[in-house]
Amino acid sequence: MFAACFAGLAFLALPVIAIFVRVSPSRLVAQLGNPVVTDALVVTLKTTLIAQALILVFGTPTAYVLATRRFRGRAALVTLVELPLVLPPAVAGLGLLAAFGRTGLLHTSLPFTQAAVVLAVAFVASPLYVRAAIAAFEAVDTNIVAASRTLGAGPVRTFFRVVAPLARGGLVAGAALAFARGLGEFGATIMFAGSLRGVTQTLSLAVYAEFDVNFDVALAVSALLILISAALLITLKWLPSLSTSHFRFATSS
Amino acid sequence: MAALTLDFSLPLRDFELSLALEVEQTVALVGPSGAGKTSALHVVAGLARAQGRVALGDDVWLDANIDRPPEERRVGLVFQDYALFPHLTVRANVAYARSDRVDELLERFRIAHLADVRPGELSGGERQRVALARALARDPAVLLLDEPLAALDAHTKAEVRIELHELLRELALPTLLVTHDYEDAAALADEVGVLVDGTLRQLAPPSELVANPRDGFVASFTGANLLHGSARRGELTEVVLTSGERLFSTDEADGDVGVVVYPWEISVAREPAHDSALNVVRGDIGSVVEVGNRVRVRIGPITAEVTASSSARLELARGGVAYATFKATGTRLVPL
Repeated sequence: MFAACFAGLAFLALPVIAIFVRVSPSRLVAQLGNPVVTDALVVTLKTTLIAQALILVFGTPTAYVLATRRFRGRAALVTLVELPLVLPPAVAGLGLLAAFGRTGLLHTSLPFTQAAVVLAVAFVASPLYVRAAIAAFEAVDTNIVAASRTLGAGPVRTFFRVVAPLARGGLVAGAALAFARGLGEFGATIMFAGSLRGVTQTLSLAVYAEFDVNFDVALAVSALLILISAALLITLKWLPSLSTSHFRFATSS
Repeated sequence: MAALTLDFSLPLRDFELSLALEVEQTVALVGPSGAGKTSALHVVAGLARAQGRVALGDDVWLDANIDRPPEERRVGLVFQDYALFPHLTVRANVAYARSDRVDELLERFRIAHLADVRPGELSGGERQRVALARALARDPAVLLLDEPLAALDAHTKAEVRIELHELLRELALPTLLVTHDYEDAAALADEVGVLVDGTLRQLAPPSELVANPRDGFVASFTGANLLHGSARRGELTEVVLTSGERLFSTDEADGDVGVVVYPWEISVAREPAHDSALNVVRGDIGSVVEVGNRVRVRIGPITAEVTASSSARLELARGGVAYATFKATGTRLVPL
Protein backbone atom coordinates (compact mmCIF):
# COMPACT_ATOMS: atom_id res chain seq x y z
CA MET A 1 0.00 0.00 0.00
CA PHE A 2 2.80 2.41 0.94
CA ALA A 3 4.60 1.51 -2.29
CA ALA A 4 1.55 2.49 -4.33
CA CYS A 5 1.23 5.67 -2.35
CA PHE A 6 4.89 6.47 -2.89
CA ALA A 7 4.64 5.73 -6.63
CA GLY A 8 1.59 7.97 -6.92
CA LEU A 9 3.20 10.86 -5.13
CA ALA A 10 6.42 10.48 -7.11
CA PHE A 11 4.44 10.47 -10.37
CA LEU A 12 2.80 13.78 -9.41
CA ALA A 13 6.01 15.42 -8.22
CA LEU A 14 8.38 14.26 -10.92
CA PRO A 15 7.33 16.54 -13.83
CA VAL A 16 7.46 19.58 -11.55
CA ILE A 17 10.90 18.66 -10.22
CA ALA A 18 12.14 17.86 -13.74
CA ILE A 19 11.52 21.41 -14.93
CA PHE A 20 13.76 22.82 -12.22
CA VAL A 21 16.42 20.15 -12.73
CA ARG A 22 16.72 20.54 -16.50
CA VAL A 23 18.09 24.10 -16.31
CA SER A 24 20.31 25.65 -13.67
CA PRO A 25 18.69 28.36 -11.55
CA SER A 26 21.03 31.03 -12.90
CA ARG A 27 20.08 30.27 -16.50
CA LEU A 28 16.42 30.21 -15.51
CA VAL A 29 16.70 33.68 -14.02
CA ALA A 30 18.66 34.92 -17.05
CA GLN A 31 15.93 33.67 -19.41
CA LEU A 32 13.32 35.62 -17.47
CA GLY A 33 14.83 38.80 -18.96
CA ASN A 34 14.13 37.48 -22.46
CA PRO A 35 11.67 39.89 -24.20
CA VAL A 36 9.42 36.94 -25.12
CA VAL A 37 9.01 36.20 -21.43
CA THR A 38 8.50 39.80 -20.29
CA ASP A 39 5.99 40.45 -23.10
CA ALA A 40 4.02 37.32 -22.13
CA LEU A 41 4.15 38.25 -18.47
CA VAL A 42 2.73 41.73 -19.18
CA VAL A 43 -0.04 40.30 -21.42
CA THR A 44 -0.88 37.63 -18.84
CA LEU A 45 -1.07 39.98 -15.86
CA LYS A 46 -3.08 42.58 -17.76
CA THR A 47 -5.62 40.16 -19.28
CA THR A 48 -5.98 37.99 -16.17
CA LEU A 49 -6.52 40.98 -13.89
CA ILE A 50 -9.12 42.54 -16.21
CA ALA A 51 -10.85 39.16 -16.58
CA GLN A 52 -10.78 38.76 -12.79
CA ALA A 53 -12.36 42.20 -12.33
CA LEU A 54 -15.13 41.27 -14.80
CA ILE A 55 -15.71 37.95 -13.02
CA LEU A 56 -16.08 39.71 -9.66
CA VAL A 57 -18.30 42.51 -10.97
CA PHE A 58 -20.69 40.25 -12.89
CA GLY A 59 -20.22 37.01 -10.98
CA THR A 60 -20.97 38.34 -7.48
CA PRO A 61 -24.51 39.64 -8.19
CA THR A 62 -25.23 36.57 -10.33
CA ALA A 63 -24.17 34.26 -7.50
CA TYR A 64 -26.15 36.27 -4.93
CA VAL A 65 -29.36 36.09 -6.96
CA LEU A 66 -28.91 32.36 -7.62
CA ALA A 67 -28.13 31.70 -3.95
CA THR A 68 -30.98 33.67 -2.39
CA ARG A 69 -33.89 33.49 -4.82
CA ARG A 70 -35.99 30.45 -5.55
CA PHE A 71 -37.62 30.54 -8.98
CA ARG A 72 -38.49 28.31 -11.88
CA GLY A 73 -35.48 27.43 -14.00
CA ARG A 74 -33.00 28.25 -11.23
CA ALA A 75 -31.42 24.79 -11.42
CA ALA A 76 -31.02 25.18 -15.18
CA LEU A 77 -29.28 28.54 -14.70
CA VAL A 78 -26.91 27.08 -12.11
CA THR A 79 -26.04 24.31 -14.58
CA LEU A 80 -25.47 26.93 -17.29
CA VAL A 81 -23.10 28.83 -15.02
CA GLU A 82 -21.16 25.63 -14.32
CA LEU A 83 -21.06 24.49 -17.96
CA PRO A 84 -17.69 26.08 -18.93
CA LEU A 85 -16.13 24.01 -16.14
CA VAL A 86 -16.72 20.75 -17.99
CA LEU A 87 -16.54 22.11 -21.54
CA PRO A 88 -13.34 21.09 -23.41
CA PRO A 89 -11.32 24.34 -23.76
CA ALA A 90 -11.07 23.92 -27.54
CA VAL A 91 -14.86 23.76 -27.71
CA ALA A 92 -15.08 26.87 -25.55
CA GLY A 93 -12.71 28.67 -27.94
CA LEU A 94 -14.71 27.57 -30.95
CA GLY A 95 -17.92 28.65 -29.25
CA LEU A 96 -16.48 32.09 -28.54
CA LEU A 97 -15.46 32.38 -32.21
CA ALA A 98 -18.92 31.31 -33.34
CA ALA A 99 -20.46 33.93 -31.06
CA PHE A 100 -18.09 36.89 -31.42
CA GLY A 101 -16.29 36.14 -34.70
CA ARG A 102 -16.59 38.31 -37.81
CA THR A 103 -18.99 35.80 -39.29
CA GLY A 104 -20.34 34.81 -35.89
CA LEU A 105 -23.67 35.52 -34.26
CA LEU A 106 -22.73 39.02 -33.09
CA HIS A 107 -20.36 39.94 -35.97
CA THR A 108 -17.69 41.57 -33.81
CA SER A 109 -14.03 42.17 -34.59
CA LEU A 110 -12.93 40.84 -31.23
CA PRO A 111 -11.07 37.65 -32.25
CA PHE A 112 -7.26 37.79 -32.08
CA THR A 113 -7.24 40.96 -29.94
CA GLN A 114 -6.25 41.33 -26.31
CA ALA A 115 -9.95 41.73 -25.47
CA ALA A 116 -10.44 38.21 -26.85
CA VAL A 117 -7.91 36.89 -24.32
CA VAL A 118 -9.86 38.60 -21.53
CA LEU A 119 -13.13 37.06 -22.75
CA ALA A 120 -11.63 33.57 -23.10
CA VAL A 121 -10.15 33.72 -19.59
CA ALA A 122 -13.36 35.12 -18.07
CA PHE A 123 -15.45 32.47 -19.83
CA VAL A 124 -13.36 29.56 -18.63
CA ALA A 125 -12.51 30.80 -15.12
CA SER A 126 -15.80 32.37 -13.99
CA PRO A 127 -17.59 29.13 -12.96
CA LEU A 128 -14.97 28.51 -10.26
CA TYR A 129 -15.74 31.86 -8.66
CA VAL A 130 -19.52 31.79 -9.15
CA ARG A 131 -19.85 28.27 -7.74
CA ALA A 132 -17.85 29.16 -4.64
CA ALA A 133 -19.77 32.42 -4.23
CA ILE A 134 -23.17 30.67 -4.46
CA ALA A 135 -22.08 28.23 -1.75
CA ALA A 136 -20.73 31.06 0.42
CA PHE A 137 -23.93 33.13 0.09
CA GLU A 138 -26.14 30.10 0.75
CA ALA A 139 -24.25 29.48 4.00
CA VAL A 140 -25.19 32.90 5.39
CA ASP A 141 -28.02 32.48 7.95
CA THR A 142 -31.21 33.99 6.49
CA ASN A 143 -32.28 35.14 9.96
CA ILE A 144 -29.14 37.24 10.25
CA VAL A 145 -29.94 38.90 6.93
CA ALA A 146 -33.55 39.43 8.08
CA ALA A 147 -32.28 40.90 11.37
CA SER A 148 -30.30 43.49 9.44
CA ARG A 149 -33.41 44.48 7.47
CA THR A 150 -35.59 44.85 10.57
CA LEU A 151 -32.85 47.01 12.10
CA GLY A 152 -33.40 49.56 9.35
CA ALA A 153 -30.75 48.55 6.80
CA GLY A 154 -31.86 48.31 3.17
CA PRO A 155 -30.77 45.46 0.87
CA VAL A 156 -27.56 47.21 -0.28
CA ARG A 157 -26.36 48.16 3.20
CA THR A 158 -27.27 44.66 4.40
CA PHE A 159 -25.19 43.13 1.61
CA PHE A 160 -22.06 45.13 2.37
CA ARG A 161 -22.28 45.12 6.18
CA VAL A 162 -23.53 41.60 6.81
CA VAL A 163 -23.67 39.25 3.81
CA ALA A 164 -20.30 40.07 2.23
CA PRO A 165 -18.30 39.96 5.49
CA LEU A 166 -19.89 36.62 6.45
CA ALA A 167 -19.31 35.13 2.97
CA ARG A 168 -15.83 36.59 2.65
CA GLY A 169 -13.87 33.38 3.19
CA GLY A 170 -15.69 31.58 0.38
CA LEU A 171 -15.58 34.58 -1.95
CA VAL A 172 -11.81 35.01 -1.58
CA ALA A 173 -11.18 31.28 -2.04
CA GLY A 174 -13.35 31.23 -5.18
CA ALA A 175 -11.60 34.32 -6.57
CA ALA A 176 -8.18 32.77 -5.98
CA LEU A 177 -9.22 29.55 -7.73
CA ALA A 178 -10.61 31.47 -10.70
CA PHE A 179 -7.42 33.54 -10.88
CA ALA A 180 -5.26 30.42 -10.90
CA ARG A 181 -7.41 28.84 -13.60
CA GLY A 182 -7.24 32.07 -15.64
CA LEU A 183 -3.43 32.17 -15.46
CA GLY A 184 -3.15 28.71 -16.97
CA GLU A 185 -5.79 29.22 -19.68
CA PHE A 186 -4.61 27.80 -22.99
CA GLY A 187 -7.11 26.05 -25.26
CA ALA A 188 -9.87 28.62 -25.52
CA THR A 189 -7.36 31.48 -25.77
CA ILE A 190 -5.35 29.98 -28.62
CA MET A 191 -8.53 29.26 -30.62
CA PHE A 192 -10.21 32.61 -30.01
CA ALA A 193 -7.29 35.03 -29.55
CA GLY A 194 -4.36 33.30 -31.23
CA SER A 195 -0.79 33.62 -29.96
CA LEU A 196 0.56 37.00 -31.13
CA ARG A 197 3.62 38.03 -29.15
CA GLY A 198 3.02 41.17 -27.07
CA VAL A 199 -0.70 41.16 -27.90
CA THR A 200 -2.37 37.88 -27.11
CA GLN A 201 0.54 35.60 -26.17
CA THR A 202 0.15 34.78 -22.49
CA LEU A 203 2.70 32.82 -20.42
CA SER A 204 0.93 29.52 -21.12
CA LEU A 205 0.88 30.24 -24.85
CA ALA A 206 4.56 31.29 -24.70
CA VAL A 207 5.50 27.88 -23.30
CA TYR A 208 3.93 26.23 -26.33
CA ALA A 209 5.37 28.78 -28.81
CA GLU A 210 8.92 28.59 -27.45
CA PHE A 211 8.80 24.80 -27.06
CA ASP A 212 10.41 24.14 -30.46
CA VAL A 213 12.23 27.50 -30.75
CA ASN A 214 14.11 27.87 -27.48
CA PHE A 215 13.50 25.08 -24.99
CA ASP A 216 15.26 26.99 -22.18
CA VAL A 217 12.78 29.87 -22.51
CA ALA A 218 9.88 27.40 -22.40
CA LEU A 219 11.37 25.91 -19.25
CA ALA A 220 11.92 29.32 -17.65
CA VAL A 221 8.30 30.37 -18.33
CA SER A 222 7.07 27.02 -16.99
CA ALA A 223 9.11 27.49 -13.82
CA LEU A 224 7.61 30.94 -13.40
CA LEU A 225 4.07 29.58 -13.80
CA ILE A 226 4.76 26.83 -11.27
CA LEU A 227 5.97 29.37 -8.73
CA ILE A 228 2.90 31.60 -9.23
CA SER A 229 0.51 28.61 -9.04
CA ALA A 230 2.25 27.26 -5.93
CA ALA A 231 2.01 30.68 -4.28
CA LEU A 232 -1.72 30.82 -5.07
CA LEU A 233 -2.28 27.29 -3.81
CA ILE A 234 -0.49 28.00 -0.53
CA THR A 235 -2.55 31.18 -0.11
CA LEU A 236 -5.71 29.10 -0.66
CA LYS A 237 -4.67 26.53 1.96
CA TRP A 238 -3.98 29.33 4.35
CA LEU A 239 -7.38 30.97 3.76
CA PRO A 240 -9.60 28.64 5.82
CA SER A 241 -7.63 29.44 8.95
CA LEU A 242 -8.11 33.11 8.10
CA SER A 243 -11.83 32.81 7.58
CA THR A 244 -12.51 30.72 10.69
CA SER A 245 -10.69 33.23 12.81
CA HIS A 246 -12.36 36.15 11.08
CA PHE A 247 -14.25 36.79 14.26
CA ARG A 248 -11.02 38.13 15.67
CA PHE A 249 -10.14 40.90 13.27
CA ALA A 250 -12.75 43.58 13.19
CA THR A 251 -14.80 44.28 10.12
CA SER A 252 -16.93 46.85 11.85
CA SER A 253 -16.36 50.36 10.66
CA MET B 1 -49.43 54.82 21.98
CA ALA B 2 -50.74 53.62 18.62
CA ALA B 3 -52.04 50.08 18.54
CA LEU B 4 -50.95 47.47 16.04
CA THR B 5 -53.82 46.03 14.03
CA LEU B 6 -53.50 42.88 11.98
CA ASP B 7 -55.88 41.19 9.59
CA PHE B 8 -54.13 39.00 7.09
CA SER B 9 -53.82 35.56 5.58
CA LEU B 10 -50.67 33.81 4.45
CA PRO B 11 -50.58 30.42 2.71
CA LEU B 12 -48.11 28.11 4.43
CA ARG B 13 -47.09 24.63 3.34
CA ASP B 14 -49.90 22.64 4.95
CA PHE B 15 -52.50 25.27 5.82
CA GLU B 16 -53.29 28.93 5.62
CA LEU B 17 -52.35 31.24 8.47
CA SER B 18 -55.10 33.76 9.06
CA LEU B 19 -54.97 36.17 11.90
CA ALA B 20 -56.99 39.19 12.92
CA LEU B 21 -56.18 40.97 16.14
CA GLU B 22 -55.42 44.25 17.76
CA VAL B 23 -52.31 44.58 19.87
CA GLU B 24 -52.33 47.39 22.41
CA GLN B 25 -50.30 45.89 25.23
CA THR B 26 -48.66 42.47 25.24
CA VAL B 27 -50.31 39.69 23.28
CA ALA B 28 -48.84 36.21 23.28
CA LEU B 29 -49.57 33.69 20.56
CA VAL B 30 -49.16 30.17 21.86
CA GLY B 31 -49.48 26.92 19.99
CA PRO B 32 -47.65 23.77 19.05
CA SER B 33 -44.61 24.10 16.82
CA GLY B 34 -45.57 24.47 13.18
CA ALA B 35 -48.77 26.37 14.01
CA GLY B 36 -47.55 29.42 12.08
CA LYS B 37 -46.44 31.50 15.05
CA THR B 38 -43.10 32.66 13.66
CA SER B 39 -44.70 33.35 10.27
CA ALA B 40 -47.14 35.71 11.99
CA LEU B 41 -44.23 37.76 13.36
CA HIS B 42 -42.56 37.75 9.94
CA VAL B 43 -45.70 39.16 8.32
CA VAL B 44 -45.74 42.05 10.81
CA ALA B 45 -42.02 42.69 10.26
CA GLY B 46 -42.38 42.58 6.46
CA LEU B 47 -40.24 39.45 6.09
CA ALA B 48 -43.10 37.35 4.68
CA ARG B 49 -45.61 38.47 2.09
CA ALA B 50 -49.21 38.16 3.16
CA GLN B 51 -52.58 39.29 1.85
CA GLY B 52 -54.43 41.67 4.12
CA ARG B 53 -53.72 44.63 6.32
CA VAL B 54 -51.09 45.50 8.90
CA ALA B 55 -51.13 48.96 10.44
CA LEU B 56 -49.75 50.85 13.38
CA GLY B 57 -52.47 53.35 14.27
CA ASP B 58 -53.10 55.27 11.03
CA ASP B 59 -49.74 54.26 9.60
CA VAL B 60 -50.42 51.46 7.09
CA TRP B 61 -47.59 48.95 6.59
CA LEU B 62 -49.47 46.50 4.42
CA ASP B 63 -52.67 46.61 2.45
CA ALA B 64 -53.77 46.04 -1.14
CA ASN B 65 -51.58 48.91 -2.41
CA ILE B 66 -48.82 49.16 0.16
CA ASP B 67 -46.15 46.67 1.17
CA ARG B 68 -43.44 48.44 3.11
CA PRO B 69 -40.04 46.70 3.27
CA PRO B 70 -38.82 45.64 6.75
CA GLU B 71 -36.46 48.63 7.07
CA GLU B 72 -39.43 51.01 6.79
CA ARG B 73 -41.52 49.37 9.50
CA ARG B 74 -40.69 50.43 13.03
CA VAL B 75 -40.41 46.96 14.53
CA GLY B 76 -37.96 45.53 17.00
CA LEU B 77 -37.80 41.81 16.22
CA VAL B 78 -35.97 39.49 18.60
CA PHE B 79 -35.32 36.21 16.77
CA GLN B 80 -35.61 32.84 18.46
CA ASP B 81 -31.90 32.13 18.00
CA TYR B 82 -31.26 35.87 18.47
CA ALA B 83 -29.55 36.16 15.03
CA LEU B 84 -26.76 38.34 16.37
CA PHE B 85 -24.15 39.42 13.83
CA PRO B 86 -21.30 36.98 14.54
CA HIS B 87 -18.65 39.18 12.91
CA LEU B 88 -19.46 42.26 14.98
CA THR B 89 -18.77 43.04 18.63
CA VAL B 90 -21.61 43.43 21.13
CA ARG B 91 -21.26 47.20 20.85
CA ALA B 92 -21.34 47.11 17.03
CA ASN B 93 -24.37 44.80 17.14
CA VAL B 94 -26.27 47.23 19.35
CA ALA B 95 -25.05 50.22 17.31
CA TYR B 96 -26.08 48.60 14.01
CA ALA B 97 -29.31 50.57 13.82
CA ARG B 98 -27.33 53.84 14.08
CA SER B 99 -28.59 54.75 17.50
CA ASP B 100 -27.15 57.46 19.72
CA ARG B 101 -28.37 55.54 22.77
CA VAL B 102 -25.84 52.70 22.51
CA ASP B 103 -24.04 53.38 25.79
CA GLU B 104 -27.31 53.82 27.64
CA LEU B 105 -28.63 50.50 26.28
CA LEU B 106 -25.39 48.64 27.07
CA GLU B 107 -25.66 49.88 30.66
CA ARG B 108 -29.35 49.16 30.96
CA PHE B 109 -29.01 45.56 29.78
CA ARG B 110 -25.88 45.00 31.88
CA ILE B 111 -23.72 44.20 28.86
CA ALA B 112 -21.37 47.20 28.97
CA HIS B 113 -18.55 44.97 30.21
CA LEU B 114 -19.08 42.76 27.14
CA ALA B 115 -18.98 45.64 24.63
CA ASP B 116 -15.87 44.38 22.84
CA VAL B 117 -16.76 40.70 22.90
CA ARG B 118 -18.17 38.85 19.89
CA PRO B 119 -21.49 36.95 20.20
CA GLY B 120 -19.76 33.55 19.88
CA GLU B 121 -18.32 34.00 23.37
CA LEU B 122 -21.60 34.91 25.14
CA SER B 123 -23.94 32.78 27.25
CA GLY B 124 -27.60 32.31 26.29
CA GLY B 125 -28.83 34.92 28.76
CA GLU B 126 -26.23 37.45 27.60
CA ARG B 127 -27.14 36.88 23.96
CA GLN B 128 -30.76 37.52 24.73
CA ARG B 129 -29.92 40.82 26.42
CA VAL B 130 -27.79 41.86 23.42
CA ALA B 131 -30.64 40.96 21.05
CA LEU B 132 -33.12 43.02 23.08
CA ALA B 133 -30.74 45.98 23.32
CA ARG B 134 -30.09 45.80 19.56
CA ALA B 135 -33.81 45.70 18.75
CA LEU B 136 -34.58 48.62 21.08
CA ALA B 137 -31.72 50.68 19.63
CA ARG B 138 -33.76 51.22 16.49
CA ASP B 139 -36.44 52.88 18.65
CA PRO B 140 -39.25 50.55 17.59
CA ALA B 141 -42.95 51.33 17.84
CA VAL B 142 -43.77 47.61 18.00
CA LEU B 143 -41.90 44.82 19.72
CA LEU B 144 -41.92 41.29 18.28
CA LEU B 145 -40.46 38.44 20.32
CA ASP B 146 -40.01 34.96 18.84
CA GLU B 147 -39.80 32.32 21.58
CA PRO B 148 -37.89 34.74 23.83
CA LEU B 149 -37.25 32.11 26.51
CA ALA B 150 -36.90 28.90 24.51
CA ALA B 151 -33.13 29.07 24.03
CA LEU B 152 -32.43 29.43 27.76
CA ASP B 153 -31.75 26.71 30.34
CA ALA B 154 -34.34 26.22 33.09
CA HIS B 155 -32.38 28.11 35.72
CA THR B 156 -31.74 31.23 33.59
CA LYS B 157 -35.27 31.10 32.21
CA ALA B 158 -37.09 31.82 35.48
CA GLU B 159 -34.91 34.85 36.12
CA VAL B 160 -35.11 36.16 32.55
CA ARG B 161 -38.89 35.76 32.54
CA ILE B 162 -39.23 38.15 35.48
CA GLU B 163 -36.82 40.65 33.91
CA LEU B 164 -38.60 40.48 30.60
CA HIS B 165 -41.97 41.02 32.23
CA GLU B 166 -40.68 44.15 33.95
CA LEU B 167 -39.12 45.39 30.74
CA LEU B 168 -42.34 44.96 28.74
CA ARG B 169 -44.30 46.78 31.43
CA GLU B 170 -41.79 49.61 31.43
CA LEU B 171 -41.61 49.95 27.63
CA ALA B 172 -45.40 49.89 27.27
CA LEU B 173 -45.06 49.16 23.53
CA PRO B 174 -47.55 47.06 21.57
CA THR B 175 -45.83 43.69 21.86
CA LEU B 176 -46.55 40.47 20.02
CA LEU B 177 -44.70 37.46 21.35
CA VAL B 178 -44.94 33.85 20.34
CA THR B 179 -44.12 30.81 22.44
CA HIS B 180 -44.97 27.13 22.60
CA ASP B 181 -45.07 27.35 26.41
CA TYR B 182 -48.39 28.40 27.89
CA GLU B 183 -46.86 29.24 31.27
CA ASP B 184 -44.43 31.70 29.65
CA ALA B 185 -47.28 33.26 27.72
CA ALA B 186 -49.46 33.59 30.83
CA ALA B 187 -46.59 35.11 32.81
CA LEU B 188 -45.66 37.70 30.18
CA ALA B 189 -48.83 38.67 28.34
CA ASP B 190 -52.06 40.52 29.04
CA GLU B 191 -53.85 38.48 26.42
CA VAL B 192 -53.06 35.01 25.12
CA GLY B 193 -54.15 33.66 21.75
CA VAL B 194 -54.08 29.92 21.10
CA LEU B 195 -53.00 29.32 17.50
CA VAL B 196 -53.52 25.89 15.93
CA ASP B 197 -52.90 25.11 12.26
CA GLY B 198 -52.88 28.79 11.38
CA THR B 199 -56.18 29.59 13.08
CA LEU B 200 -56.77 31.48 16.31
CA ARG B 201 -58.85 29.15 18.52
CA GLN B 202 -59.31 31.54 21.40
CA LEU B 203 -57.97 34.94 22.43
CA ALA B 204 -58.45 35.97 26.05
CA PRO B 205 -56.64 37.03 29.22
CA PRO B 206 -54.80 34.03 30.75
CA SER B 207 -57.26 33.68 33.66
CA GLU B 208 -60.19 33.63 31.23
CA LEU B 209 -58.54 30.92 29.10
CA VAL B 210 -58.25 28.70 32.17
CA ALA B 211 -61.74 29.50 33.46
CA ASN B 212 -63.52 29.09 30.12
CA PRO B 213 -61.50 27.16 27.57
CA ARG B 214 -63.39 27.14 24.30
CA ASP B 215 -62.43 23.59 23.37
CA GLY B 216 -60.44 20.57 24.41
CA PHE B 217 -57.27 21.69 22.70
CA VAL B 218 -57.22 25.07 24.43
CA ALA B 219 -57.88 23.35 27.76
CA SER B 220 -55.10 20.80 27.42
CA PHE B 221 -52.75 23.48 26.12
CA THR B 222 -53.29 25.58 29.22
CA GLY B 223 -52.27 22.59 31.34
CA ALA B 224 -55.62 20.93 32.07
CA ASN B 225 -56.36 17.22 32.03
CA LEU B 226 -58.53 16.37 29.06
CA LEU B 227 -60.60 13.17 29.22
CA HIS B 228 -62.97 11.95 26.53
CA GLY B 229 -66.48 10.79 27.25
CA SER B 230 -70.13 10.79 26.40
CA ALA B 231 -72.49 13.17 28.26
CA ARG B 232 -76.13 12.81 29.24
CA ARG B 233 -78.12 15.74 30.61
CA GLY B 234 -79.73 15.36 34.04
CA GLU B 235 -79.86 17.24 37.32
CA LEU B 236 -76.08 17.07 36.99
CA THR B 237 -74.64 16.11 33.65
CA GLU B 238 -73.45 12.52 33.75
CA VAL B 239 -70.41 11.62 31.65
CA VAL B 240 -69.29 8.09 30.90
CA LEU B 241 -65.58 8.17 30.07
CA THR B 242 -64.19 6.00 27.28
CA SER B 243 -62.28 4.20 30.05
CA GLY B 244 -65.61 3.33 31.80
CA GLU B 245 -65.63 5.66 34.81
CA ARG B 246 -68.74 7.76 35.50
CA LEU B 247 -68.29 11.44 36.32
CA PHE B 248 -70.63 14.33 37.06
CA SER B 249 -70.36 17.94 36.03
CA THR B 250 -72.33 21.10 36.73
CA ASP B 251 -71.81 22.11 33.06
CA GLU B 252 -74.59 21.20 30.67
CA ALA B 253 -73.81 19.09 27.61
CA ASP B 254 -74.97 16.17 25.51
CA GLY B 255 -73.13 13.64 23.39
CA ASP B 256 -69.36 13.41 22.91
CA VAL B 257 -67.51 15.89 25.11
CA GLY B 258 -64.10 16.69 26.50
CA VAL B 259 -63.87 16.67 30.29
CA VAL B 260 -61.52 19.34 31.60
CA VAL B 261 -59.99 19.21 35.08
CA TYR B 262 -57.04 21.31 36.23
CA PRO B 263 -54.30 19.54 38.23
CA TRP B 264 -54.66 21.89 41.19
CA GLU B 265 -58.37 21.07 41.55
CA ILE B 266 -57.64 17.41 42.16
CA SER B 267 -56.93 15.86 45.52
CA VAL B 268 -55.22 12.52 45.85
CA ALA B 269 -56.06 9.67 48.24
CA ARG B 270 -54.93 6.09 48.69
CA GLU B 271 -58.45 4.92 49.69
CA PRO B 272 -61.66 5.45 47.71
CA ALA B 273 -63.65 8.40 49.08
CA HIS B 274 -67.22 7.62 50.18
CA ASP B 275 -68.64 10.95 49.11
CA SER B 276 -71.07 10.78 46.20
CA ALA B 277 -70.60 14.53 45.53
CA LEU B 278 -67.06 13.80 44.35
CA ASN B 279 -65.81 12.41 41.08
CA VAL B 280 -63.31 9.62 41.59
CA VAL B 281 -60.89 8.12 39.10
CA ARG B 282 -58.88 5.12 40.23
CA GLY B 283 -55.55 4.48 38.55
CA ASP B 284 -51.99 3.20 38.79
CA ILE B 285 -49.44 5.81 39.76
CA GLY B 286 -47.49 6.37 36.55
CA SER B 287 -45.02 9.00 37.64
CA VAL B 288 -44.20 11.26 40.56
CA VAL B 289 -42.29 14.41 39.60
CA GLU B 290 -41.22 17.19 41.93
CA VAL B 291 -41.74 20.70 40.57
CA GLY B 292 -40.46 23.20 43.10
CA ASN B 293 -42.32 22.61 46.38
CA ARG B 294 -45.13 20.77 44.60
CA VAL B 295 -45.38 17.27 43.22
CA ARG B 296 -47.01 16.28 39.96
CA VAL B 297 -48.55 12.80 40.17
CA ARG B 298 -49.82 10.86 37.23
CA ILE B 299 -52.80 8.67 38.20
CA GLY B 300 -54.09 6.66 35.26
CA PRO B 301 -54.99 9.26 32.59
CA ILE B 302 -54.96 12.18 35.06
CA THR B 303 -52.23 14.50 36.26
CA ALA B 304 -52.74 15.94 39.74
CA GLU B 305 -50.68 18.46 41.63
CA VAL B 306 -50.24 18.10 45.40
CA THR B 307 -47.93 19.64 47.97
CA ALA B 308 -44.64 17.90 48.70
CA SER B 309 -45.74 17.22 52.28
CA SER B 310 -48.98 15.48 51.31
CA SER B 311 -47.10 13.48 48.68
CA ALA B 312 -44.77 12.27 51.44
CA ARG B 313 -47.69 11.56 53.83
CA LEU B 314 -49.48 9.52 51.14
CA GLU B 315 -46.24 7.71 50.28
CA LEU B 316 -46.89 8.24 46.60
CA ALA B 317 -44.58 6.15 44.48
CA ARG B 318 -44.60 4.75 41.00
CA GLY B 319 -46.45 1.47 40.67
CA GLY B 320 -48.98 1.88 43.52
CA VAL B 321 -52.70 2.58 43.20
CA ALA B 322 -54.27 5.95 43.99
CA TYR B 323 -57.60 7.76 43.69
CA ALA B 324 -57.93 11.17 42.06
CA THR B 325 -60.95 13.03 43.39
CA PHE B 326 -62.41 16.31 42.21
CA LYS B 327 -65.69 18.24 42.55
CA ALA B 328 -68.43 18.31 39.95
CA THR B 329 -68.11 22.11 39.98
CA GLY B 330 -64.45 21.83 39.02
CA THR B 331 -65.28 19.53 36.13
CA ARG B 332 -65.77 21.50 32.93
CA LEU B 333 -67.23 20.10 29.74
CA VAL B 334 -66.00 21.41 26.38
CA PRO B 335 -66.63 20.48 22.77
CA LEU B 336 -63.83 18.40 21.29
